[in-house]
Formats: sequence, structure tokens, C-alpha cells
Amino acid sequence: MENYAVYVPRLVKKEDNFAPGHRACIGCGEALAMRQAFKALDNNVIVVNATGCMEIFASQFPLTSWQLPWIHTLFENAAAVASGVEAGYKAMKRKGVPLPENTKIVAIGGDGATSDIGLQAISGAMERGHDFTYICFDNEAYMNTGNQRSSATPFGAMTTTSPMGKKSFGQFSWKKNMPEIAVAHNIPYVATATHGYPFDLMAKVRKAVDTPGPAYVHILAVCPTGWGSATDTVIRQSRLAVQTGIFPLYEVENGVYKMSIDLPKLRPVTDYLKIQRRFRHLSDDIIAQIQARVKLEYQKILEKADVTKRAKGKSKTGPRKAPAR
Amino acid sequence: MATRVGVEVSIALADAVKLANPDVIAAYPITPQTHIVEHLAELVANGELDAEYIPVESEHSAMSACLGSSATGARTFTATASQGLALMNEVVYVAAPMRLPIVMAVANRALSAPLSIWCDHSDMMSVRDTGWIQIIAENGQQCVDNIICAFRIGEDKRVLLPVMVHLDGFNLTHVIEPIELPEQSEVDKFLPPCKFPLPLNPDKPVAMGDFAPPIIFTETKWAQEMNIRSSKKVILEIWNKYYKAFGRKYSPVEKYHSDGAKVVLMTMGAIGETASVAIDEMVAEGQSVGQIRLRLWRPFPFEELRESVKDADVLIVLDRAISYGGPGGPLASEVKAAFYDQVKKPKIISFVGGLGGRDITVAGFKDIVKKGIEIAKSGSKKEYEIYGVRE
Repeated sequence: MENYAVYVPRLVKKEDNFAPGHRACIGCGEALAMRQAFKALDNNVIVVNATGCMEIFASQFPLTSWQLPWIHTLFENAAAVASGVEAGYKAMKRKGVPLPENTKIVAIGGDGATSDIGLQAISGAMERGHDFTYICFDNEAYMNTGNQRSSATPFGAMTTTSPMGKKSFGQFSWKKNMPEIAVAHNIPYVATATHGYPFDLMAKVRKAVDTPGPAYVHILAVCPTGWGSATDTVIRQSRLAVQTGIFPLYEVENGVYKMSIDLPKLRPVTDYLKIQRRFRHLSDDIIAQIQARVKLEYQKILEKADVTKRAKGKSKTGPRKAPAR
Repeated sequence: MATRVGVEVSIALADAVKLANPDVIAAYPITPQTHIVEHLAELVANGELDAEYIPVESEHSAMSACLGSSATGARTFTATASQGLALMNEVVYVAAPMRLPIVMAVANRALSAPLSIWCDHSDMMSVRDTGWIQIIAENGQQCVDNIICAFRIGEDKRVLLPVMVHLDGFNLTHVIEPIELPEQSEVDKFLPPCKFPLPLNPDKPVAMGDFAPPIIFTETKWAQEMNIRSSKKVILEIWNKYYKAFGRKYSPVEKYHSDGAKVVLMTMGAIGETASVAIDEMVAEGQSVGQIRLRLWRPFPFEELRESVKDADVLIVLDRAISYGGPGGPLASEVKAAFYDQVKKPKIISFVGGLGGRDITVAGFKDIVKKGIEIAKSGSKKEYEIYGVRE
């Protein structure tokens, strides 16, 4: 965009609640996504952070990148801590303790904290209907400890605990579908986003936080260090993940699916795979399997979006309401 | 004026929590603690207690929710036991260094395996080094009084630490005792509202739980240690204030016929009341025996302990837990450490008994004292005696 500096201030605020000066790796997609997410929000937010890259690189005592009230306790419990923060505010407000109005609670965690070790706490907090937003910054492995596989690591990807070898082609399982797990909790808002589409990401985070009840945003964050890719291709990789159909952008509002981007034709997955070292070893056969799976999964989402679109048109009762809480 | 009524200890404890007017209760069911949180859920459901009750999906999340709630400045309570305490162990460690004044009732129960729902102290020993203040109640009244005191102790600006109140599972939780529940107005006078100094608040952002590099880690740990050590003074002060307000006195080491006694039996928890009956009988028989009961496990009351057995030649310590492959009973090792460098000290004899709900009767305690005296005379090479075991 020409005259970017002139136009952008109209679209996003200048202040950063996640400030620069942190210790993230060069080209970190997660730090970028986090900056975008918190640019979308006001100052009325309490952040609950799970252990992981984002916590380590932004909060080394005595420094912090956070301009918001922020709490980190453990790896797997961010959603449970957020439940407590929400309950504490709710009870104290009801009892007349002077507290700021309209305080929002945002819990953040990586893919390990979300789809592996913290899944139970997230499920519990969603099921109980706390008014909070959980954002997963998914860089597809345990990057903070040095690139070990998680259940969010894509099929075939090489990590330090899913290495390529004579008897292994890398990650042996398909990526766990966290957004669908969130949808299965019947929460009012679920969305996927990635930092290559910043305005989409910001709009979704804003919407999630403004939604009463639990909301879940799953953000794909490119990790050049772990993925073995050039730091100047971080935005491109994020967009390719979407354009190949590997990471579809959509939202699910009160059970209604909606695609966020219209892609008449998906690009071949190789466009995305070939620029990352973690996929370099893959045989044509494995790539063909990935291509088939991506097509199938993408089709499933398209159908859900289509079905719910039609159902919405016919429905007399309208979409489900958020649980009263 | 408060009246004394017969009530189940768990219910009375929950009523004491209600009197403290907590904002958030996060809990998960586990025997023998469940009656406490069931009653609290009922009080909230009936509108008798204005609090958020979070029925969490595990004890790990129970304590995690407590961290979050306490960090907002809300008065926070939970209760657990045994496996629940073990599951939340990781989170229990976080509360003290983050200075979050959560109050937790622990209905002491054995740890698996083999599975046992009955009382011993292995669960409370597993959290010994978590930095919490640990108070041990011996009967229902002490549970009620110490729950109320726990909130005031933990939330005191000089302390700001989480507090556990231990009560023996079944031996206390499920028995009906005559208990005097204070009036709400009296408790309101004694317990000021919770004023957490640096809560999570968008108007004044704070960062809690930063990552500490080696250059600062030791200092944070030393600050934590100084903090709990200096809390004893405040605990004594608050117990004293409670005595003035409610007429019931608490001290870290409670003495029973121990002044001047040559042989002293040391107990912790509900079993101490049975031991007292044995002591009564032995005193009546003309023996020079007494008893001390520990009320405060952390911070450990070294001075009070030494003072309380200054006349004794033999100190028999009864543990309801084992440190496997180690010195035996955790309480006895603590006591031995307290006397190691003392010039005048009693001979310390360690017994382990009452594991997994095994009862020790009045006759049993007399037997323990008799055996203890014999061992003290003859000298034993064994680290400890396990009482009543079929070998």
C-alpha cells in the first residue's frame, strides 16, 4: 500500500499493549500475531498467559512487554486461571467492590499448552461457560523447548521428537483439530486466523472478546526457527497456509460456519511445503497423502459453511444464543 | 451470643467459611473432603452465601482457578484431600511465592497405592515444602476457629501467604461434635475485608509470575523464606486477638500435663484427643507423663517445641506418615533436627502408626508410651518403630 503510514492509523491504533523490546527470535510470527491481537483490543483486558515462548520472551524479570495486567502461573492451566479471574471479578463487582467497568479476560497459550497439556482445563472452562477468550498461538510444535512434536504438528513434519529416519517420515499423526474441539463445546464464538491476514485476525480477536461467554481463536503463527524457513518469508508462509487450504480461515458464530476468504482454487500444498525445512524430506507419496487430506478437510468445512448458510436461511428460531452467564 | 450445637465438622467448617464471606470457591469432589464443598455449594445455591462457586474439572484446575481469583483480590477458598492434593501439587507450589492468600481445608487422607480413603498424614507431608502456612486442627471447634483465623493470617499485609487448615479425614470430617459457631457480627469485627495490595486491574497494570533468571531466583526464594519465617509472629498475634474476641486460645505447641513430665508424647491431629485420655489414665496411675500437640506444621515452631519439653528426658513422637527409605516419620525428623544442636535435650523416640485409617486406641497409646520408655532405656539402633504392624 502506498502512503501506508498515512492510512494505517485510521485502521489500527498506534499504541501497542504488547510492546517491542522482547526476546523473540528474528522473524517470529507468534510475536507478530500477538501484537496484532492486542492492537485489536482496548486497555480493559487482563491477560492470562500459559508457559511457553510468548511468556519466556516477553516477561524476563525485571522487564515485561505487557502494558496490561498480566499473570503467568503454569503451562497447562491458563484457562483455569482465567476462570478464577473471571469469577473473582464477577463476585467482587456484585458485592460492590469498586472495579473498572467491562473488564475482559484473555487467556493465551501455544499449541502444546492448548491441544495437549492444557486441553482438559480449556474444555472445563468452556463447558462452564466463563466469559473469557482463549487464543491459541499455534506454531505447530513445542518451540520453547526446542521443536518437539505436539498433537498440533502437521503430518510428515520433522521435529526433534518426530525425526526423519530409515523407519520414520517425521510426524506420524494428523494435526489435532482444535477449532472443531472448541466448536463441539457449543460455545458462542470460534475462529481461525493467521498473521498473514492481519485485519481478519484483528477483527476476529475483537469479536471474540466482545462475545459474552467463552470464545476461542486459533491463530497459526509461523516459526522460522522451528520450521526451518527464511525469516523474510514469514508473511508469505502464513498466506500460503491459507491459500493451499492447509489452514482454512473461518469463523463459527453460534454454531454457524462462515468462510472468511473466498478461494476459487486452492494452490498445491507443495507451494507451502517446499519452503520449509521440516517438510524437505517428504516423498511424493507422503505429499500426495497430505494433498488428499487437505482437500478432504477443506471440503468438509466448505460443506459446513454451506449447510449452515442454508439452514440459517430456513431457520425460524435463528442461531443459538450464547449460554446465559 | 453464639450457641454450641451438635453438628458435623465438615458442615461447621463450611459454615465458618461462609462467615468469612468468601468471593470465590473453586473445588472438586474427593472423599473425605466432599461434605465441605457440598455444603458450600448448597449455601451458594440457596443465596445464603454470595460467592462464585466454580465446579472445576480437576483439583489441578481448582487450585489454578484459586490463583486467578486470589490475584484479582477476591477472597478465595478451596478444599481437598489426598490424591486431590497430590494432583494439584504443582499449583500448590505457585501460590506462596506469588503471595496469594488462598485458604484451603485439607481433609487428611492416605495416598495411593494401595487405594485408601482413610486418614493418615502422607498427603499433608507431600506439600510440606510448598511454602504454605499449615495449621492442624484437632477437633471441630479448632477447624471453625482456624478457618476464620486463616483468612486473617493469610491476608495480613505482613504475611500475604496461602494457608492450609488440616483436619483428619473421617476422624474429624464425618463426626458430629458440639461446636460453637461465632455470630456473623463478631466475625465481621474480627476479620476485615480482603485488601490485596497489587491485584490484577486494568486501571493499574501489574505483571505477576515473571520468568526469573538465575540472577534473581535465589533472592526471590530467600524473600519467600523470610516471609514465612516472620509470619509466625503474626500468627501468634492473630491467635491472641482471636482469644480476646472469642475466648479460645491457640498456640503452636499445645501442652497437656507436659510441664515437669519426664516422658512426653507428641501427636498431631485428631488422634491426639485419644492420646490425651491415655495420658490422663497414666497420670492418675502416678506416672510422670505428659503430651504436646502440634498446631502449626509450617512455619515450624522450633522455640515453642524446645520450651515445651524442657523438663522431659524422653520425647516420643508419633507420625501418621512414612518417609520411605529415610528417617521414618517426617514429624520425628523435624523434631530431631530441632534438638540436634541443643545441649540439654530429651531422647527422641520415633513411632509411626495410624496409617490409612488404622485406629490407635487408648490402650494403644499407653502401649506406645511404655515401649518408648523401654527403647529409651535400652537404646535402639532402628530409625523408628512402626506400631501395630503384623510382620
